[in-house]
Amino acid sequence: MAFASIYVPDFSIQAVVRNEPSLRHQPIALVEGSPPLEKVTAVNQAARQLGLSLGMTKSQARQFISIAIRPRSCAQEQAAHAALLDLGWSMSPRVEDTAADSIVLDLTGLASLFGSEETIAHLLAQRACGLGLIVHVAVSSNLEVAMHAARGFPGVTVIQPGEESTRLAPLPIQVFSPSAEIDETFERWGVRTCKTLAKLPLLDLSERLGQQGIQLHQWAKGASVRSLILAEPELRFEEEMALEYAVEELEPLSFLLGRLLDQLCARLSARCVSASAIRLRFALDHSYENESSLPLPNGHSDEKRSYYKKLLTLPVPMRDSKMLLRLLRLHLQSDPPRVPIVHIFLAADPAAPRVRQEGLFLPSAPDPEKLELTIARLSNLVGESNVGSPRLMDSHRPDAFEMTRFLPPQNALQAPAIGASRDRMPVAAFRVFRPAPRAKVTLREGLPSHISFADLYGKVVAASGPWRTSGEWWREDAWHREEWDIEIHRHSASSAQPANSSLEPKKGVYRIFYDAMRQAWFVAGMYD
Amino acid sequence: MAGKVAALRSQLETALAGRVPAPFAPCRVQIETVPFNIPEIDQLTSGLPRGGLTEISGTLSSGRAALLLSAFASQTARGHACALVDGRDTFDPYSAAAANVNLERLLWVRCRNLDQCLQATDLLLQGGGFGLIALDLSVLPPKTVRYVPLNVWFRFRRAVENTSTILLLLDQESNAGTCASLALRLGFAPSRWAPQTQQMSFPRNSCACLFDGSQIQVELARSRQKSSSGGHKIQSLERVNGTSPATHFRTKPNWSDCSERVIKTK
Repeated sequence: MAFASIYVPDFSIQAVVRNEPSLRHQPIALVEGSPPLEKVTAVNQAARQLGLSLGMTKSQARQFISIAIRPRSCAQEQAAHAALLDLGWSMSPRVEDTAADSIVLDLTGLASLFGSEETIAHLLAQRACGLGLIVHVAVSSNLEVAMHAARGFPGVTVIQPGEESTRLAPLPIQVFSPSAEIDETFERWGVRTCKTLAKLPLLDLSERLGQQGIQLHQWAKGASVRSLILAEPELRFEEEMALEYAVEELEPLSFLLGRLLDQLCARLSARCVSASAIRLRFALDHSYENESSLPLPNGHSDEKRSYYKKLLTLPVPMRDSKMLLRLLRLHLQSDPPRVPIVHIFLAADPAAPRVRQEGLFLPSAPDPEKLELTIARLSNLVGESNVGSPRLMDSHRPDAFEMTRFLPPQNALQAPAIGASRDRMPVAAFRVFRPAPRAKVTLREGLPSHISFADLYGKVVAASGPWRTSGEWWREDAWHREEWDIEIHRHSASSAQPANSSLEPKKGVYRIFYDAMRQAWFVAGMYD
Repeated sequence: MAGKVAALRSQLETALAGRVPAPFAPCRVQIETVPFNIPEIDQLTSGLPRGGLTEISGTLSSGRAALLLSAFASQTARGHACALVDGRDTFDPYSAAAANVNLERLLWVRCRNLDQCLQATDLLLQGGGFGLIALDLSVLPPKTVRYVPLNVWFRFRRAVENTSTILLLLDQESNAGTCASLALRLGFAPSRWAPQTQQMSFPRNSCACLFDGSQIQVELARSRQKSSSGGHKIQSLERVNGTSPATHFRTKPNWSDCSERVIKTK
């Protein structure tokens, strides 16, 4: 049995850097608190070398020229921790959620899948890079030893059985995170390493420091044994980003969304799931009213906030971050938020990935991902309500239909019914005029004799009607009309034809109706 | 020398005859076609060519929409997804359902002007995967459509080449020119009103008659598969909302030496 412990050094810093990879090699300091009392709570190694230390104020930290100062973000730390858990579950079903910055995996049974323990450790480090985290990985047959070795040794460490105490010996006792009192006591005694601690007599140590002393002694010797406390796997994929300055334009917003989507899709990929829907929420800053005023910083209690929400439902589960970004951009272009954005929240609803077996002799269909992008672009062009599949409604109302979402043909695997359509005779198709134009109809003996509408004027040479129809009298938009099918020989109103003209008048078969509610004639459409 | 080359060529052709049909003959591109499911039209045109632009032009009430619905019915019955770019939002879903079009396989893009139509067609062609894309400019003023430059139709044709997509253009006048692989011209012929009468007189009692369909005159203006050989007359059938009486349709070619054929169907 072997355990692998994954530890994220400078976890708060890495949680922020995960969404700003360009900062990774720069000195960074995180500040926390309310202005003007913001203090430095975390620094990375490069910042320490420049002389920054914890507890400095923000203004003191600003004295260092090349320092990047960012606010500490609990939301980003939560997202980073969730990414760490996803990394663990991508390799092993047994994962312990030890702390915010570390997890432990049970490697039993993984050798046949991934190889040796060292190979698995390197693979974990590599996958963590893909999720934006630089981690330390330690493998040992003792869970506690693996945990402490990951905190103490950089990179990948593999401890063979029987070598626990030897390998832990040079580590400082701070890897055990002792209390401040015990740390001070050890400092006075001159006990600085695990080797020194392991040599202390256990009985005397227990008398002086109690149970905590015994536990520290066991850890230093690598003799402490405990079981893995399994964490319940969660299928929750959320990413957040708090912005220091409000964002108004679509381009910088797309840049930030792209980063969040990359992280989200990497986590989905690690768990072998795809997204069936993307939930987007922006916190808007209504206090930013004109361009000349300074924006209020985040966390200000008087800041008025409202939210912009968008739900992007996908026709098929997908996890291509570039495709998702394009779809989000198209949706935001058609319905942009009117106010600057100060906080971005992105979540994905997980679903099983799409598996489809194409047939050699089946009709081709549009690729679902490309189709979704095409439909989004068409919606931007003509409006969302003007793109889709028509569905007839169960109603007697003329022209009653609704637009539904167009989905790629699902039952293409069934044999197409070709024979039925061959026997069918062609139908006289109808074209509906939307909206129905008003017409001026001249009646003779109760029958239409001449009609004019739009810029056309014509003589009715044949008519069939009236066919009365009405319905839904209980509603405000009830209808009551008399329909006629007429054939007209029409002339353009702009050109008067002489009597001996050799040109034939234009002909057409139309349906007109008299609307009893509005007491006017309209042209419903044309047979074509 | 020429004799030796000819002898060598005939020797190679003899040797490869069993394996290659014509080794030195230019290979002819086989154009796959899809039927309209109207026998007379299919006989005239051999069907809609895949990977090409088909143009159907005609005056108002000449039957363009009827041909369009037949094409949709044929394609959706085969399991293909179809798209309609509707120039003036005149598509009638009820007519389509009566024509046996599977509406779930039809993507309807309702446009308001010519620019939207052309951009929407571009997007659909880029997306790909559709069996039939129809661009319906029938109700737009002909002078507006006339101003579309020829390179637009050429670009559309190139976009569907080497694909299995049929691009169908409907308009009042022929605009695609030589870009169309198949061009049909429709003309209006007198419509039928039941009870049938040959007189175009104004009926006194119009409640006694029904619109019983119309004749569609189709002329093959251009085809890359067969030379233009005149027109056929076919008769369209039932009214959408009416009942289904026994119907007749006639085929009558334009040549005077051909006899008439009458096929009765129910």
